Amino acid sequence: MNEPPAYPFRNPTALEPPPEWAELRRSCPVAPIRLASGDRALLLTRYDDVRQVLSDPRFTRQLDAPDAARATAQESGGVFGSLGRSMTGDEHRAWRQLVGRAFTARRVTAMRPRIEAMAGHLVEEMAARGQPADLVSGVGFPLPVWAICDLLGVPDTDRDRFSYWSDTLLSMTRYGAAEIDAAQAEFDAYLVALVEAKRAGPGDDLISELLAMVEGLDGRLTERLMLSTAKGLLVAGHETTANMIGKMASMLLADRSRWEALLADPSLIPPAVEEVLRFDANPGFGMPRYLSDEVEVAGETLPKGTTVVCSLAAANRDERHFERAGELRLDRAPNAHVTFGVGPHSCLGQALARVELQTVLKVLLERLPSLALAVPPGELERREGLIVGGLERVPVRW
Amino acid sequence: MKVVVDEDSCCGAGQCVLLAPEVFDQRDEDGIVVLLDSEPGEERHAAVREAAAVCPGAAIEVEEG
Repeated sequence: MNEPPAYPFRNPTALEPPPEWAELRRSCPVAPIRLASGDRALLLTRYDDVRQVLSDPRFTRQLDAPDAARATAQESGGVFGSLGRSMTGDEHRAWRQLVGRAFTARRVTAMRPRIEAMAGHLVEEMAARGQPADLVSGVGFPLPVWAICDLLGVPDTDRDRFSYWSDTLLSMTRYGAAEIDAAQAEFDAYLVALVEAKRAGPGDDLISELLAMVEGLDGRLTERLMLSTAKGLLVAGHETTANMIGKMASMLLADRSRWEALLADPSLIPPAVEEVLRFDANPGFGMPRYLSDEVEVAGETLPKGTTVVCSLAAANRDERHFERAGELRLDRAPNAHVTFGVGPHSCLGQALARVELQTVLKVLLERLPSLALAVPPGELERREGLIVGGLERVPVRW
Repeated sequence: MKVVVDEDSCCGAGQCVLLAPEVFDQRDEDGIVVLLDSEPGEERHAAVREAAAVCPGAAIEVEEG
């Protein structure tokens, strides 16, 4: 019997999807794969199947079950170990409703002017340092941390320290264990002090609001939970959006007629953001689920105890659902891509991510209309990371 | 056009509010959808259809006619 293919698959170049996605969608919608840990799982690549699985509570997030497949041999949780994984049903619903108030479209829209000012500041600073410049380190990585600081009520003067801690905690391969432990301890101490400061003098921010609810709700949300919430927001909202900023700019600049179209008609910015989210060829691992019951998917009966991995990016290119799925079309509508997941666990911060991406694109178009890639698109380097995919650098000129 | 929302399926993504703020809103306390206008005028139909199509919870139903 053949050994199942190793997953994740390799991209031919940074902006092109692995050919396996289209092959499996066509001929093997429930595909056996081998993960880096050596464990086996089943990969789903079709749009309808991915939607079905993510909407069905029998496909659980209990990925710490003894017989669940592990992504890597030394998996300690990573992104999927963050808050919310072990919660199910009512517990998850309650937590989500508490934090959900931070991310209503109205609240996030109200943040737009401040995000635009932050993006403007970062783009000006990058431009002042001269060209070529790296859009990833200059704008992509700082902006989402600054936005989270704003949301949490972290003073502007502490943003750089906050960025450092976040980078250290997330980029597990770039720092030594001692440095990570030290950053973790400093970060915890900082958050505890921040929570204390907000208790003494509440502001118009998420921590103050959550604190008020903890009192009102009789300890329902403990301080510990609040700290993990703050960290959860960073884990979920920093690297993901940061990488997407670099990938978005690369996709739009790789064919400069796209950039020109956006310059000519800025009303294309919102649909263009949805389209690059759909078209992302470097999304990372995908969404794993552990099956608590026997369920049929794509005509196949999957036994209880199966681990499935939903490839959201492969589903996003399913020609059964998207007309001319393999083309990037700036005005695609409706665009029901599944990049943020679907169902009760879909991304809590998606409105914030959208506003950040729309805003940074608007600022780049306005301030650096002559922006261009400083290397051929085929030479862009992928960031090697298992969970969140991105580009190492996006060198640009203007 | 008649619009119906299902609060239980809503996951608070806010896509509908971004697309059609005159028709949809979210509750302050938990981000769950609030229907502002169950029979929106013609000029909003395209936005409402799009909101229903992209809702990650499939919580919006549109009855045409």
